[in-house]
Order: sequence, then C-alpha cells, then structure tokens
Amino acid sequence: MKNHRNGYYNPKAQFRRLITVEDVYKSPVIADPLRLLHCSPVSDGAATIILADAKTAKKYTDRPVYILACAQASDTLGLYNRKDLTTMESVVSASKVAYETARLKPKDIDFVEAHDCFTIAEIMAYEDLGFCEKGRGGKMIEEGLTEIDGEIPFNPSGGLKAKGHPVGATGVAQAVEVVLQLREEAEQRQVKGAKIGMSHNIGGTGSTAVITIYGRDV
Amino acid sequence: MGGMFKVDFSPSREWREINARYRLESSMCERCGRIYYPPRDLCPVCRRKSIGAMKTITLPRRGEIVTYSVIHAAPLKGFEGRTPYIVAIVDLGGVRIQTLLTDCEPDEIKIGDEVEAVFRRIREDGERGVIHYGTIFRPVRTPKTSVHAH
Repeated sequence: MKNHRNGYYNPKAQFRRLITVEDVYKSPVIADPLRLLHCSPVSDGAATIILADAKTAKKYTDRPVYILACAQASDTLGLYNRKDLTTMESVVSASKVAYETARLKPKDIDFVEAHDCFTIAEIMAYEDLGFCEKGRGGKMIEEGLTEIDGEIPFNPSGGLKAKGHPVGATGVAQAVEVVLQLREEAEQRQVKGAKIGMSHNIGGTGSTAVITIYGRDV
Repeated sequence: MGGMFKVDFSPSREWREINARYRLESSMCERCGRIYYPPRDLCPVCRRKSIGAMKTITLPRRGEIVTYSVIHAAPLKGFEGRTPYIVAIVDLGGVRIQTLLTDCEPDEIKIGDEVEAVFRRIREDGERGVIHYGTIFRPVRTPKTSVHAH
C-alpha cells in the first residue's frame, strides 16, 4: 500500500492507483500466503544512465551523482540450502562491504530504492540492510518509518510493486530514481534533503545481491 | 497446448538425474561431513580439497516438514493443470530438500508433520516424450516403526 501510494505520484509508474488492505485480501492467492497484490508485476520498460569518471562527468553536468560504493554477493539459489529462510545472506554480505567501502552506516543513508519483488522482500531488506533488528521489519512499516516523510524512506518511486518490474531494466531504473532524488527532481515524491541514497537489487531468490550507495556534491 | 503438458527437459538430463531423483542419492563431503542434495561433484565449502572425497549416500525416506507453500499460480510448465499443489522444504535427518507433497489437502498438513517418500509420476513431455518420475513426499498417517534403508 505504501509503495502504491508512492507510485501514485510517479508519472513513470505502471500502477498509479491506491490500494487498500481489503483490495489485497480480495486478490487471488498466488503462492500461499502471498496474494496477487503482494507480488510485483512483470513489466515492459527501459532505463538508462550515463556512467563516466568524475572529471569527465563535470564536463557534461554540474550536478553529477557519485557512486560511493557498489558491492555484490551471492548465495545458494535453493532456499533449502540456507541456514535461515528469513535472511538473505547475499544482501547482508554485500551491504556490509558497501557500508565499509563508503565508510557509512545505515543511519547515514537518507533513502533506499529496494527490490520489493514481493512485499515481504522489502521487509526482509529493512532487516538485512541493517535498518532495524531481525524480526522488527514489520514494525517499521506499521510505524510509518519507511514512508517518504519517515525516518528512512523506502521506494519513493513506488518500487517494483507499483513502478513496475521490467526485470532486466529494474536495477538501472533504481539508479535513475536515486539520481532524481539526489538532484531533488522527484517532484511530489521527493525525499526532503536527500544526500545519500542506496539501491538494493536482488536476482534469483536472493542468490545474487547488488548494493550501491550514491552521493552528491554538498 | 493441446491436452498434454508440453515441457522442455532433455532425455539426457533426465538420465543423469535419475539416481538422485528416484533413490534420493546425495553426496557427502568426507572432509567436512556436509551432505548435498541434489548431489554435487565438489563441496562448495572445501572446494578443491574435496576432489575425490565426495561419497554417494542415500537420504532417509522419512523426515519432517520445515515449511511449505500452496501454489495457486503455477510458474513451471507442466504444472498448470494441477493447482493448487503443495511445495515443501522437508528435513531428512538434517538434510533439507525441496519437494512436492502429495496425497493430502493443504488444510491437512502443518509445519513439523512427519512425511515419507513415495515414487510418483511428476510430469510428461508431450505425448511421445519422456515421462518424468521422481520421489515426492506424503504425510505419514499411521505411525509405525520403520527401518531406514541406507
């Protein structure tokens, strides 16, 4: 519901409509307990970014966005081989390296574009990225901490859930949203004063995770 | 689609996987004792040191449900006409495998229930293709003593 609310303000979102708890429980079951409205769609879409070193970038823009860290980690594809079904070790490892590289901590991050392929994936990301203790993810949503005006906004774009999930383009689309936010060009869904952004992208069942941290000139 | 399931598995792969699928053969790394199912040629933890140290063992045919989901929208070809069906992770003496549950309705099972292996037809490769058999699990309804074959 949060991500649909954010997507409502994103002109590029696939679903620009609000949904209610009732809508979710009226939607058909896909894989119990997940219903249709717990799942991101399969979308058509494209995204582009221009990558350059900082010096070259300055020739083309006076508002470059910097990649402060980018880390990848992997895990088994089969869930049955994992120690814990409610943790993505790939996300934990990749984010640890990303935080170390950027010399930042979760409290330094202003907002996150997360891979909410299913609603539970975003809740797991709160925990695996270190924004709350294990088991507290659900409370983050209940307390509104991840709303656009919350303590740590998640998916101001609407996320995969509302913006859409064109699988191959999703990761770059996350980077695009981070750039718009850091340039304060995100209009009605702007996270106020965003200086440091993060993207969290996963592949397979979390068998691959890429965590990127971005910053801007301040 | 016609009336039959159209699937895309290859006969050679089918043949390669038979021992694991029919008899629950898995591989144990003799260096660290970890057991892998489906079997692996190398232990991903011990890596090259596990060369020549992977031993074939057979998993117990009874275990318990670790978790499960009832699938209503089938992602796999060949399962479209079978929904709802149950996919479970089952613990067989400390080794977890992913499997289908059969001979039960979703409301008849719960996490922790004891299950036993049964040999079943899984899916078919069209009218003239391979019939895909394998080991799946069903709830143990009448408690009885059993000897696990190893």
